[in-house]
Amino acid sequence: MANIIVSVLFQGLAYAMFLFIVSVGLSVTMGLMGFVNLAHGAFAMAGGYLVLTAMRVWEVPFFLALLLTFLIVGAASVVFERVFYARLYKATELDQVLLTIGLTFMAIATYTWLYGPRPQTIQLPDYLTGQIDVASRTFPTYRVFVIMVGGILTAVLWYAFERTNIGAKIRAAVDNRRMAQSIGIDVDRLFTLTFAVGSGLAALGGGLAIELFGLTPSFAVLYLVFFLLVVACGGLGSLKGTLAAALLLGICDTAGKYIYASAGGFFIYAVAILILLIKPAGLYGRD
Amino acid sequence: MAATDTSAAAAAHALADARTRAVDFMARRHHFGVAEALPWLLAIAAFFLFPDRMAFGSQVLLMVLFALSLDLILGFAGIVSLGHAAFFGLGAYTAALLTLRGGWEEQISGLFAAAAVAAVAGAATGWLLLRYRGLTLLVLTLSTAIMLQELGNVLRDLTGGYDGLPGLIFKPLLGAFDYDLFGHVAYLYALAVLFVLFMVVRMIVYSPFGQTLAGIRENVARMHAIGSPVHLRLVAVYTIAAAIAGVAGALFTQTNQYVTLGVFDFDNSAGVMVMLILGGTGRLYGAFVGAVIYMVLQDYISKLKLTVWGLAVDGPQYWQFGVGLLLVLTVLFARRGLLGLIEDAGRLVMRERRP
Repeated sequence: MANIIVSVLFQGLAYAMFLFIVSVGLSVTMGLMGFVNLAHGAFAMAGGYLVLTAMRVWEVPFFLALLLTFLIVGAASVVFERVFYARLYKATELDQVLLTIGLTFMAIATYTWLYGPRPQTIQLPDYLTGQIDVASRTFPTYRVFVIMVGGILTAVLWYAFERTNIGAKIRAAVDNRRMAQSIGIDVDRLFTLTFAVGSGLAALGGGLAIELFGLTPSFAVLYLVFFLLVVACGGLGSLKGTLAAALLLGICDTAGKYIYASAGGFFIYAVAILILLIKPAGLYGRD
Repeated sequence: MAATDTSAAAAAHALADARTRAVDFMARRHHFGVAEALPWLLAIAAFFLFPDRMAFGSQVLLMVLFALSLDLILGFAGIVSLGHAAFFGLGAYTAALLTLRGGWEEQISGLFAAAAVAAVAGAATGWLLLRYRGLTLLVLTLSTAIMLQELGNVLRDLTGGYDGLPGLIFKPLLGAFDYDLFGHVAYLYALAVLFVLFMVVRMIVYSPFGQTLAGIRENVARMHAIGSPVHLRLVAVYTIAAAIAGVAGALFTQTNQYVTLGVFDFDNSAGVMVMLILGGTGRLYGAFVGAVIYMVLQDYISKLKLTVWGLAVDGPQYWQFGVGLLLVLTVLFARRGLLGLIEDAGRLVMRERRP
């Protein structure tokens, strides 16, 4: 029994960290501009394929590939933000949904054309494969690694959010955009910056996910639902909320699949809907 | 003094004139225009022009019906739902399970059953969800559809899971007309159902109830202020739209004689929204134009085999890219859909007619 609990918590934690890394950018950008970005999953998918290409074609080591992906996708996302998103900041939610669904479809088609529809895998470095023994239990090394990356990123983001000048500006703009603008904070530029970092993190998450779930072009839509669930349940623009929601949903999903395997992904939706019915603005959201 | 008198008289006259025009507009706008016969005549013409494509034609018509149901909530009431396929799927499975597990093979009563099941689901989820807006509503509607899909997978002994339920058997329509190989019966059946439900929707839209919906779409706060029961109205229209989507789903099952859990896919919810946006929302016939263009293009492009820069492209991928591009272009440049574009073009030509 204790074994099962530890195992569920461990697996759930790894899944939660993946959800957090990808969703955090979405949450902050949505909190800043209220922009419904359904193409966020496509950035994660693009990141996965970039890691794949970096390792296979350019023969870059895994860590460097992750870093490159973060930088390249983050920079590329600025182009999308300026060309497409910036035109629709003041548009209705429906327009934003349609535009980003359109971009997602184009991305899926393009990546299917480039890489084919079959799931892809990567060759991990030796030190990330295998098992680690801790207190007479064994844990898969790669999942430990994902949890560590998630932990480090959480700490870095927390510091950036709570202790730096830019973080303070972002928090101010999320709380009250017009007030922040009137005291001279350039919210548009702030948004571009957070959009780039958020998309870069999504791409990094996509790279980490290859080994966990396999990579297909439909990743962009398949996991988008979970990212949206995490963002909505956590509360827009809240770092703490996103982390809490990612942990809750990640662990509930893993536990649900252990307890009642055939019910598959049913639990995560039930939990999420319950949270949203009770707290429509999310756990740490503002009504 | 005299000058103010004349200008006051002119203003009063202009006001009376505007009032007459407004009353005239309100009194006449629900009258049938000649142009409204066009889509129906075209649908009948298609029956004689493409006799060997009628199986496909019936699928187009049921998608028109599905898009029409979405227009009711999206175009007229302004509810953005990412999970409208939930009701299409419920209707589809109601029709399938009635014949397969219940032995009820009569089709028209099957449509009513599908409408009833979808309406109950619509009322229940609508009552719960429609008090929310924005991202929360998007996520909740999306989750509803996926949860139903997961539920169908859990109950795979009943629903056949992702393999679906093939080879369903139905009684001939009206006891006399069995489905033929070319889909002639299916086409006429779908057309008749579409016509009846279209008239129902048309009546709803032009009723006082339809006007309150437009009011809610345009300004919720004001509708609350004048004492309109906003939530009740939204739940009512959501229920009606769910019932119609359920009928479209049942038609899908009956005319194809199979169903899979794919009907609950996000692609289905998104697809029907794309159709409606392409045609134009909030104008009834947008569903026609959008669904026909979408389905015909999809049918044509999906069969293509192309090579782009030395890499082979399968038709479906090419099509998916095309849909994405169409969506982006529509949002950026033709926000009111194709019918809106035609209207704008018409206005440019006829500009001299009214100052």
